Amino acid sequence: MANSAEFRTCPDTGLLFHKPAETLMKLNAVAAIVFLLVGGVLGLLMGLTRWPTVHLLPADSFYMLLTAHGLSVLIFWIIFFEIAVLYFTSSTLLRSRLATPRWAWLGFALMVIGSVMTEVAIFQGRSSVMMTSYVPMSAEPHFYLGLILFAVGALIGCFVFLGTLVIARAERTYGEGSIPLVTFGALTACIIAIFTIASGAIILIPTFLWKVGYVNHIDPLMYRVIWWAMGHSSQQINVSAHIAVWYAIAGVVFGAKPLSEKVSRMAFLLYILFLQLASAHHILVDPGISSEWKIFNTSYAMYLAVLASMIHGLTVPGAIEAAQRKRGFNKGLFEWLRKAPWGNPTFAGMFLSLIIFGFLGGITGVVMGTEQINLIIHNTLYVPGHFHATVVGGTTLAFMALTYWLVPVLFRREVVLPGLAKFQPYLFGLGTAGLSLFMMGAGTLGVPRRHWDIAFSNALFSYQFPETAYLLLGLAGLSAILAAAGGGLFVLQIVTSVFFGKRKDPAVKGATPLIATPVAAGVHGIGIGGISVPGTLVLALVFLTSFILYYFVNWKYLSQVWGLG
Amino acid sequence: MSRLAPPPERLWWKEATEGVEIFWVAIALVWAIVMFIMMPYWHVYGKQNLSNEAYRTTPEVYGKKVQAMVDQYTVRKVTARDVPVVAPPAGSDVYLLARLWEWYPVLELEKGQTYRLHLSSMDWQHGFSLQPENINMQVIPGYEMVLKITPNKTGEYSIVCNEYCGIGHHTMLGKIYVK
Repeated sequence: MANSAEFRTCPDTGLLFHKPAETLMKLNAVAAIVFLLVGGVLGLLMGLTRWPTVHLLPADSFYMLLTAHGLSVLIFWIIFFEIAVLYFTSSTLLRSRLATPRWAWLGFALMVIGSVMTEVAIFQGRSSVMMTSYVPMSAEPHFYLGLILFAVGALIGCFVFLGTLVIARAERTYGEGSIPLVTFGALTACIIAIFTIASGAIILIPTFLWKVGYVNHIDPLMYRVIWWAMGHSSQQINVSAHIAVWYAIAGVVFGAKPLSEKVSRMAFLLYILFLQLASAHHILVDPGISSEWKIFNTSYAMYLAVLASMIHGLTVPGAIEAAQRKRGFNKGLFEWLRKAPWGNPTFAGMFLSLIIFGFLGGITGVVMGTEQINLIIHNTLYVPGHFHATVVGGTTLAFMALTYWLVPVLFRREVVLPGLAKFQPYLFGLGTAGLSLFMMGAGTLGVPRRHWDIAFSNALFSYQFPETAYLLLGLAGLSAILAAAGGGLFVLQIVTSVFFGKRKDPAVKGATPLIATPVAAGVHGIGIGGISVPGTLVLALVFLTSFILYYFVNWKYLSQVWGLG
Repeated sequence: MSRLAPPPERLWWKEATEGVEIFWVAIALVWAIVMFIMMPYWHVYGKQNLSNEAYRTTPEVYGKKVQAMVDQYTVRKVTARDVPVVAPPAGSDVYLLARLWEWYPVLELEKGQTYRLHLSSMDWQHGFSLQPENINMQVIPGYEMVLKITPNKTGEYSIVCNEYCGIGHHTMLGKIYVK
């Protein structure tokens, strides 16, 4: 181990922090939360503009702020937070020094400069090209340049993570065995991140050169194929990262052990092999791309990444159920779940994230990613409905849940207003789930995404969407207010806790320990009739039934539209 | 040591797997295969598929093809801007173009007949979204997509643009009439 003065041990959790790594974790997390705040406020404005009765913003501001909303939350908030997670899962969990802190600083600086540069370009008003910036529509050069710098910075962060794994291995900081499951999940996220961020840089660099005049043509279809290897695949970084966070929270709240390391790790391995495919999801109805490629790509080879997600969907709650049953909550099917700490935002946020991601985000994602079903969904409001369930209800809520736990550990401060923290995951989860459902409902009625006025004011022709669509957009607007209130409460609590929270006294232990004592290995003597986790199995079967029904209902809808071939 | 630590059993891959996990992996795998097979199955037996027919083109070449059809088959003109309504014969090639911010021309088709619909853009990317059917396709400049369409109901259909194409995006509305 390196100079021991550079380390501190957390008195509550026993975790060993390398100080340079800790500083970088804090900075990345703070930058992340700044962008969450910006993106969240903009999200509220989006919800209020698409609510036809309110119709808050004029068209030009709507499109400008929609561009800023997408990039702020979908790219900047999430990737900054993920870099913090990468440093935590490598340096802290492996008890190792961080590789090349100076490079990590450079990466952070590039990410800050890049993200600010892109935001400035957007707010100057001449880069309202949406997050996707499809050519031949063009933004200002510094819009692309900022994204390229951000991508380079994030790539440096990924390599610092990999370097730390190498150092930890060489210096035997975590013994002779394998890396922890949570770190393995983060490694999965890192591998996908390198592929996807590199794809983004590969297409944005020539686009930047095109804008400044060194390249005369960017093929719009080529742009779409490569851009979506970032646009969609980057969301798979989130999936891997937030599932790693689910396992971490099951570990710290319950002392839960995975049902078996082998199955959970195999599921992450399937992600590494197949999850970063799926760049076809937004180009399923594009001309000039063959059905064979679309089918292979959209299904992650053969739904092997979906298989992996379904495995995690069983093993994460299964691990919690087994731990709870071993602690004595072994009655009936669901005593383990009823007696779970629902008032602890770390657990409540994580479990709601699991439910929203699985039932709302996961099922709809697979259904709309079916080559032919995409014909009745592409570019409707169903698409953002789906990804608000995955990225906001799934990833963001999981990261919020982890943050409630991280503030006392990392910053050594108590969370202020803990009474309100109890409600935050429910407020945010309910708002997000409503927002997703109502947007998807409007999408099935044909309401387009990225559209300022579905009443088509000043158009040559007219079209009247069904009244239900207007009702659903109103409900989506109300849900956006709830979600924004939940998100605002989170940012307020975390920021005030970090700066003004009561300093934690190492001598005084809280009522609930920050990290639970592990339960014993093995599953003997728990469960019902030889099934160790019957409650989880029932939940999983309910999930599968909903999945199958919803899948075939959509084939039925498709079969009723015009013949196409 | 907490559960965030490395696996307590170093040879974790030799540990027994839970029966419930094996059961779940098996049914999830079967479901994955069913979903995978559905897509090729629908290509053979389903009636709603995207064609794989597409060509590279240019706005000039495509614009001429559209205009040739308009000149030959226009039956009347609508709106203050005299937009042509074109009724091409059943089974023929029908050309529709997207540009800032209109779909040109208006088409008049017959129920139960099949047409070869061509789609391309003259400028930026656009989204063909047929309402209230809710059939959606991407329209890309430089590419001409061809697919057979068979309207199965009569009525007035609207084409909404559902790919953001600038400040007039929300005014981009076209029509297809099915008799």
